[in-house]
Amino acid sequence: MKAPLKWLKDYVDINVSTKDYVNAMTMSGSKVEDVVNMAKDIDKVVVGKIISIEKHPNADKLRICQVDTGNEVLQIVTGAPNVKEGDLIPLALVGARLPGGEIKASKLRGVESFGMMCSIDELNLTKDYLPDAPEYGVYVFTDPVEPGTDIKDAFDLDEVVEFEITSNRPDCLSIIGLARESAVTLGVPFKKPNVVVKEEGEGDIHSITSIEIKNPELCSRYSARLVKDVKIGPSPKWMQRRLAAAGMRPINNIVDITNYVMLEYGQPMHAFDFDKLEGGKIIVRTAKEGETIKTLDGQDRKLDPNMLVICDENRPVCIAGVMGGENSEVTENTKTILLESANFNGASVRITSKKVGLRSEASSRFEKGLDPENTILALNRCAELIEMLGAGKIVKGIIDVYPEPKKMEALKLEPERINAFLGTQISKDEMVRIFKSLEFEVDENNMTVTPPSFRRDVEQFADLCEEIARLYDYNNIKPSLLSGKESMQGRKTYKQRMEDVIRNTMMGCGFNEAYTMSIVSPKVFDLINLPVESPLRKAVVISNPMGEDFSIMRTTTIPDMLRVLSINYNRKIDAAKLFELSYVYHPVDGELLPDERETLTLGMYGEGADYFELKGAVEELLMAMGIKDFEFKPEANEPTFHPGRTARLYIGVNNEMKACALLGEIHPEVAEKNECPQRTYVAVLDVAVLIEASTTNKQYKQLPKFPAITRDLAIVVKDDLYVADLMAAIRKKGGEYLEDVTLFDVYKGAQVQEGMKSVAFSLTFRALDRTLKDEDVNEALERILKYLEKTFDARLR
Amino acid sequence: MKEQLEAIRKQAFDKLEEINDIRELDELKVHYLGKKGELTQILKGMGSLSPEERPIVGQLANDIRTALEERIAEVKERLIKALRDEKLKSETLDVTMPGRIRHLGKKHPLTAVLDEIKDIFLGMGYEIAEGPEVELDYNNFEALNIPKNHPARDTQDTFYISENVVLRTHTSPVQIRHMKSHKPPIRIICPGRVYRSDAVDATHSPVFHQVEGLVVDKGVTMGDLVGTLQAFARGIFGENTKIRLRPHHFPFTEPSAEVDVSCWGCNGSGCRICKGEGWVEILGAGMVHPNVLRECGIDPEVYSGFAFGMGIERITMGKYGIDDMRLLFENDIRFLKQF
Ligand SMILES: [Zn+2]
Repeated sequence: MKAPLKWLKDYVDINVSTKDYVNAMTMSGSKVEDVVNMAKDIDKVVVGKIISIEKHPNADKLRICQVDTGNEVLQIVTGAPNVKEGDLIPLALVGARLPGGEIKASKLRGVESFGMMCSIDELNLTKDYLPDAPEYGVYVFTDPVEPGTDIKDAFDLDEVVEFEITSNRPDCLSIIGLARESAVTLGVPFKKPNVVVKEEGEGDIHSITSIEIKNPELCSRYSARLVKDVKIGPSPKWMQRRLAAAGMRPINNIVDITNYVMLEYGQPMHAFDFDKLEGGKIIVRTAKEGETIKTLDGQDRKLDPNMLVICDENRPVCIAGVMGGENSEVTENTKTILLESANFNGASVRITSKKVGLRSEASSRFEKGLDPENTILALNRCAELIEMLGAGKIVKGIIDVYPEPKKMEALKLEPERINAFLGTQISKDEMVRIFKSLEFEVDENNMTVTPPSFRRDVEQFADLCEEIARLYDYNNIKPSLLSGKESMQGRKTYKQRMEDVIRNTMMGCGFNEAYTMSIVSPKVFDLINLPVESPLRKAVVISNPMGEDFSIMRTTTIPDMLRVLSINYNRKIDAAKLFELSYVYHPVDGELLPDERETLTLGMYGEGADYFELKGAVEELLMAMGIKDFEFKPEANEPTFHPGRTARLYIGVNNEMKACALLGEIHPEVAEKNECPQRTYVAVLDVAVLIEASTTNKQYKQLPKFPAITRDLAIVVKDDLYVADLMAAIRKKGGEYLEDVTLFDVYKGAQVQEGMKSVAFSLTFRALDRTLKDEDVNEALERILKYLEKTFDARLR
Repeated sequence: MKEQLEAIRKQAFDKLEEINDIRELDELKVHYLGKKGELTQILKGMGSLSPEERPIVGQLANDIRTALEERIAEVKERLIKALRDEKLKSETLDVTMPGRIRHLGKKHPLTAVLDEIKDIFLGMGYEIAEGPEVELDYNNFEALNIPKNHPARDTQDTFYISENVVLRTHTSPVQIRHMKSHKPPIRIICPGRVYRSDAVDATHSPVFHQVEGLVVDKGVTMGDLVGTLQAFARGIFGENTKIRLRPHHFPFTEPSAEVDVSCWGCNGSGCRICKGEGWVEILGAGMVHPNVLRECGIDPEVYSGFAFGMGIERITMGKYGIDDMRLLFENDIRFLKQF
C-alpha cells in the first residue's frame, strides 16, 4: 500500500521526522518497505513566466527567452518548440539540482543562458502524476501559479510511504486505516473524517431503483446511492496527483473518485451507468450456467454457478468484487450513475478472480475479508466528493441491504493472563489505554473488550495479547530461557547419528559434500539410458511446475551426480570426488504420499579414481557402520553402468541378504551423453538398509599372546573366476587357526597360460593358546589347496 | 726399560692425536694393547728385571696402559660423535617444503551451518524431528490455520502434486506431525528441504532448506521466545549479536514477529549486507496460534508454546559472504573446498 504522506496528514498529525515515523510504524506492525521522496533530487527549480521570446541569431532551433522568476528576469536559451510568451514553466536556476545533474550557466551558440526550462522527464515525474504535460517539450502550467513558487509546492511533490500490509489487516489497505495506526503509534489523535452529503439530486432513490441479494452468504451487504446530472470530465489536479502518487492512473472524475475512496477508505466501489441497467434494478446472485460477460478490459468471460455476479433484471453487469462489465460502463454520455458499495465473501472473490484470471485492486482487498460497516461511510465520502467536484447531483437516500448485521463479540480482558503469556508486567490501566486507543470498546466493570468492526482479525485471547505486545514494543519484553520448566535432554536419533557417521566417513575418504535439487526434468531418464519399462521412470509429478526442467521429483540421484561431475570436468578441474546424502521419491500405489528413500550417492573422476577406489570407500563405510555381513556381486545388466565394472552390494539384515547399493564405472555412452569423462565412477546406496544393518555395539577381543605363522599361496586359475569366491573357499577350508586371508597379487601374461590368471594370497594362522607348529599350518594348506583344485580346477603355481 | 716404556707412551699418544678414523683407532689399540701389542710384549720381558725394579716398572707400565686406554676411549667417543654429526648434517631436509596433504573431503556449507544450529539447540534440550517433503495439504496448510483459499497462501507459491498433496513449503508440517504424536512438553527443531515455486536466481531457488523450532509446555511465554532467539543468534553470529523483533502476521502464530539480527558486516552502523539498515532479517517467529494447538489436540488453555523458522541458505550466505545462491547447488569443487 502506497500512502502519500500529505494524504495521511489529512487524518493524523505526523509530528516526527519521516525517518522516525517510518521506524515507529515498522515497530508497531505496519512494516515500511520503502519511502519515495518525489522531490529527492530536485532543488532550486521555480515557476518562471516567459516575458519575451526572440530568435537565436546563430541557430534555427534555439530561441532566447526572458523569464521572470519572481524577483529577477533571466535570459534562458531553449530548444523547446512548445513554449510561447506568457507561459508559466518550471525553471531550473543556475546551481539547481535535477535527477540528471546540476545546472550551470552556459553559452549556447554564443548566447548566454542562466538556467533551463524543464520537461517532466527532466524532473523525473510521470504523465500519470501530471496528465496535462505535453508528450514532448517543456511542461507548461495549465493553471495560474505565482512566478517564483518553488516547484515542489507548485507540483505538490510529496513523500510516498510504501507499507507491506499483512493479510490479517485489510483495514490498513487504506489511508484512513493507516492514519488510525499512525495515531496510535505516535500517541496523537486520529482526526475522524466529517463527511457531509447535501443530496441535491431530484427524487428519492427508493422510488427509482431496488436492490435484491439472492445469496446473502456471498454478499452480506449491498449499499447504493444514485447520482443524477452526471458530468464526466477530468478530476482536479490534487486528486490526480494523489492517485498517481498512490500508484493509480487518473481516468476521469467518476472513476477517480471511486478509486480515491477505495484508497482512502479501503472499500472498493463500483459505478454503473444506471440507464443501461435493464429494469433499473440490481440483483446480486450467482451466475447461471452458460452466462458470459464482457468485462471492462474488453475480454469475454465465461461464468459458472459458483461465481457471484451483479445483475440487472436480465443479465450480469459485473463480476462481484472483481471487475465491471462493458454493458453498464460509465461513459462520457452517462447521465445517471448507481454507486455500489458492497461487502462480498473473501474466499468467493478469491476463487472467482483466480478462475477468470483477473486480479484487481478491488479483488485483492475483498479477498482478505472487509468490514461490512464500512460500506455506508465510503459511499457517503464518495457522494461528498462527487458534490465537491461538481461531477453530479446526489439523489436523496441510500439503499442499504444488510440482511444479517454482524456484531462484534466481546472478549474477556484478563490482564494477569496476558502478562503471564507475554512474560511482562504491564499494568491493567496501560492495557485499557492501548485498547481504547485502538478503538476497542472497553467495559471495565465486566472486564471485557470489544474490537471495532474493522478489526475482524481479533477473535481470541492470543489476538488481544498481540495488540498489547506490539504497542508495548516486542523489544521491551524481557528475555527468559524457559526458566522453571522441566529440563529436557537433547539427543540425536540413531538415524541422525548414523548420518553423521556417513558424512564423516565419506569426508575422511576424500569426498566433498554436494547438494543438488530434488526436482528434475523427466528427460534425465534417457540421459542415463534407463529402459522404457524401468520402474524408476514412475515419478511423483508436479501438477503446476515452473517448466519441464523442474517438473518431477527425482527417483534416482545418478543424473544429478553426473551433472555435478560434468560441471567440474567442463571447468577443467582435473579430479573430483563428491558425495550427496539426500532423498529420492517413489510413488506408492494406493498411497497419497510417496516412499521417500534416503540415498547416499558417490561420484568421482580423475587421478586415483577407479573401481577399487570407489569400492574401498564403500567398504570403509561398511566398517564405520559396524556392518560385517555383506557381499559384492557382479552386475552386468544395469544400462547406466559398464557391464564388466559394476557390482551390487548385498547386506545381511535379519538373516536376509538385501540389495543395498550399486557401484561401478559409468557406461561410456552415458558418460558421453552427460559430458563426463570416460572413466567416471558412481555409487548409490540405500541408507535405510545401511542403517538397519548397522550397529554401534563393539566388543573388545583379547590381543593375541602367541605368534602367528604367515604363508603365501599362489595358484593359477581360469581368468573368469572371482577372487571373492576363492577367498571364501580358503576361509571355508582354513580351519580354526586361519586368522586372515589377504590378496596380494593378481597376474596375467607371460608365464601364465592364455585365459588363466595367477592369484596370490597371504594367509595368517594363529592359535590363541599356543605357538603353532609348521605341521599345523601345512595340514591346513594342503586341505585348502586340495579343495581349490577340486572346486576351481586350480593348480599351485 | 723405563726409557723404552716412556718412548712407547710418547709414540702412542702422538699417534692418537692424528687419528681420524675408528678403524685406525682399533688398529692402534691392538698395536699397543693387544695380546701381541708393544706394551704387552714389554711386560712379558719383565722377568729380566731385578726384584727392586720390577714393581716400579710394573707400576709404570700399568699407568701407561691405563692412560692409553682412557685416551683411546676419549678419542673413540669424539670420533663417533663426529661421525653422527656428519650423518645428521647429510640428512637435513628443507622443512619448509609442503607436507603431504590427505585431501579430506569437506562438509557442504549448508551442512556446516545446519550442524551449528543443531548443536545450539541440542544443547538447549531440543530433539531433531523429521518428516516427509511430499506432504498432505492438511499438514502443510490447513492444520496450520491456513484453510483453502486463505489469502496467506499467496505468499507461499506452492507446488501441487494433487489437490491434497503438496511439496511442503516449510517444515511446519513436521511440527504438526510431532504435536499429534507426542504429548507436551515438546522441544524440537525441524530441519529439512522445502519447496516454493521461485525461479532460480542469485537469491531464490525452488528447492531450499529451513530449520524450524517448536516448544510447547505449560507456561511458555513470549519472553522465552525472545530469550531463545537471542541465545540462538549469539551462538551463530557471535556473543555481541543483538536481535530485534518486529510485529508481523503468520496464520500459525499469534503474536507473530519478524526477527532481525544486528548486521555481522558492520555491527549495526550500516553497510552493503544490511542495505544500510544495520539489521538483517533472518527469521520469523511467534507464539503458537491457539487454533493450531487445538487442531493438534493440545488445550491452549493449559499449554502455550512458541515456534520459529529460518532459511538456512540465507544464513549460510550471510555467514560466509556468499553472494549467489546458485553456488550452493552447483557444487564446484573449488567452492566446496573453501569451507
Ligand atoms: Zn551492515
